[in-house]
Amino acid sequence: MRNEDADVKLVYSMPESLVDRPNHYCPGCGHGIIHKLLTQAIDELEIREKTIFIAPVGCSVLAYFYIDVDGCEAAHGRAPAVATGLKRVHKDKVIISYQGDGDLLAIGTAETIHAANRGENITVIFVNNAIYGMTGGQMAPTSLASQKTKTSPYGRDPADVGQPIRACELLNTLEAPVFIERCAVNNVKNILKTRKAIKKVVQNQVLNIGYSFVEILSMCPTGWGMTPQRAVEWIDEAMIPYYPLGNFRKKESDHV
Amino acid sequence: MAETVLMKGNEVIGEAAIIAGCRYYFAYPITPQNEIPAYMALRLPRIGGTFLQAESELAAINMVFGASAAGARVMTSSASPGISLKQEGISYLSGAELPAVVVNMVRGGPGLGNIAGSQGDYFQATRGGGHGDYRTIVLAPASVQELADLTVEAFDLADQYRMVVVLLGDGYLGQMSESLKLPEPSGKEFDKSSWALTGASGRAPHIVYSLRLSPEPALEEVNLRLQAKYREIEKNEVRFDTYRSKDAEYLLVGFGTSARICKAAVNILRREGIKAGLFRPITLWPFPSLAIERAAGSIKKVLAVEMNAGQMLEDIRLALWTSTSSSRNVVIDFCGRTGGMIPDVDEIVERVRNYEK
Amino acid sequence: MYEGIIFAGFGGQGIILSGKLICIAAMREGKNVSHIPSYGAEMRGGTANCSVVISDEEIASPLIRQPSICVVMNKPSLFKFEESVQAGGLLIYNTSLIDLKPSRDDIRAVPVQANDLAQEEGNVRSANMIALGLLLRLKPELAALDSVISALDEAVSARNRSLNIINTKSLKRGFSLS
Repeated sequence: MRNEDADVKLVYSMPESLVDRPNHYCPGCGHGIIHKLLTQAIDELEIREKTIFIAPVGCSVLAYFYIDVDGCEAAHGRAPAVATGLKRVHKDKVIISYQGDGDLLAIGTAETIHAANRGENITVIFVNNAIYGMTGGQMAPTSLASQKTKTSPYGRDPADVGQPIRACELLNTLEAPVFIERCAVNNVKNILKTRKAIKKVVQNQVLNIGYSFVEILSMCPTGWGMTPQRAVEWIDEAMIPYYPLGNFRKKESDHV
Repeated sequence: MAETVLMKGNEVIGEAAIIAGCRYYFAYPITPQNEIPAYMALRLPRIGGTFLQAESELAAINMVFGASAAGARVMTSSASPGISLKQEGISYLSGAELPAVVVNMVRGGPGLGNIAGSQGDYFQATRGGGHGDYRTIVLAPASVQELADLTVEAFDLADQYRMVVVLLGDGYLGQMSESLKLPEPSGKEFDKSSWALTGASGRAPHIVYSLRLSPEPALEEVNLRLQAKYREIEKNEVRFDTYRSKDAEYLLVGFGTSARICKAAVNILRREGIKAGLFRPITLWPFPSLAIERAAGSIKKVLAVEMNAGQMLEDIRLALWTSTSSSRNVVIDFCGRTGGMIPDVDEIVERVRNYEK
Repeated sequence: MYEGIIFAGFGGQGIILSGKLICIAAMREGKNVSHIPSYGAEMRGGTANCSVVISDEEIASPLIRQPSICVVMNKPSLFKFEESVQAGGLLIYNTSLIDLKPSRDDIRAVPVQANDLAQEEGNVRSANMIALGLLLRLKPELAALDSVISALDEAVSARNRSLNIINTKSLKRGFSLS
């Protein structure tokens, strides 16, 4: 698109696939950023008309209101199973399973691992904010040791409830996944890396390469009881040391 | 005309599903229905379909959810403990108004129970089964032929009403081989283009969901619509069968395998000159309340026979006790065995003989 | 005609096959049939049995509590089923593996050295066919020998079909007993 004034260039516009409406997310929440990165990828790959987006149970359960594609709700933890059913019917469509930490690593652990192990040609976007946001700040399988939540008021005690689970490392033990990467959205540099990773996990599906997974460390200032500013710092200080950023798996298709 | 073949009940369900156009099947192994997944694993890949052994019943029913949302005809099957796990998905399917066929070859319960045939899941099947205000159509075949016919019909009903249809068999029906003629596809077609997820190409996005937080009456409006649909089904889809019931003084009521036993008892009683007849509900929901009320009008006694502790019995009581006709005064007796045991023909015959004394 | 038949023996003796075979044959002759095998954990315990109903009339109940005919191929099956046979009923028992006589005198008990005769025909695994042949001789109304022989290829799984020559011989041998 070009502005009539030749000297003025359009440097930014909202992604076409992102619906222009007020969202329900709290100030400082990372979901909005991730929605934007995802819709940018959908636009760039020109797949809006063949994308089916699966919304999980959690704060992003209403995400289908913000993304202008066919949408499907899934029961808590079951998104990879629903994605499997959709993909097996529509092999030519792009199925994106968007899940939180409780969804992906607690109630849906079996579905997560088995969909990955089968190498379902789907895209899984895992938003790890170390807490149950929607139900009001309970302990997640990814809550850090000594992290205080509504259900770990004295701090998470690993001797009692175990250490937080690292999704990328866990999935990296499986043969089938073709792409596994952990990113964060707490600063511009990390956001740009996340943007690339999201595009990659979606593109892999378009190219039929296989199961692709991206974990995104994301802020939940409300759940964490922090200001948005403090929340982005906490990702650097507390989360990244336990959840190191980087790529774990990158298989390219033979014919790409 | 199709030729007569001898087939096992469980395999017949698989073949009938394929005849009905089902090309997607997701399940987790459990006895006594393991011949269904084995049959589908053999057949579906050869005809361009998908068989997938899921990691659990939860996963299986949610794969069904996905395939149904995608617009496909899809089925899953299990037996009692596995069906309990599937209830989550069945509720979500019902909330999202997605069609699916769920087969339950009931075994003895509660808990792990045993693997013998049972009818102990009647309550669970006919009351919805999972959370929330919903129903599923429940079909109760009593022979291998009927397993085939009702499986085909189940897919049509599911698509017509956009809801879950439960085929409620039992372990014996699944293991049993009988001669049958495989049915023809019904030929009915259902347009899913207004809601199925196929990619928002040239149309506004479709969303398949069951969460309705706001505005406040939104969920109730959906529930009212569902209820209206259920009333319509109660009006149009009641199915039942009767056997020598016209002049009967004693009416046996049974479904599925129990009805077969009742039929044998009726034959014996009739030979003795005792006027016994059989009323067999084929749809357990909607229950044939009106029909049973009419059938009981000139009856001296009703005997419900079940492979459970008296579950359909409650629907018979509801039907008769709320009646405004003389059938409200009919005495209702019950004969049942639980835990995979089967009521004995002789026991039923003896019971009815005693009514004469 | 209405016969409720129980075939019983070890897993691997072809018990379920005997039932299937006679069902297919009777069905082809226009009779009504039903067949229910024992299944699941019970099978894995090593014993197998199946209930077969063959009738001119529609079969009301496929479940059999008191069989009119019982074919027992081993001792545990004799213990398990002898009592249930209807008075006046028929009990065929395999004396190759059962070294005692049925105790009831109100039924017709017919011994057959099924394993030994099958061995003579070429394979001990066709003992079930010896017993079935004898049953067809004693109860010709169930199905004709020819119908059963022509049902063999349908009833026997592909990997065992090479045995059908011996199965045929064994059926005929059983049928020739009196």
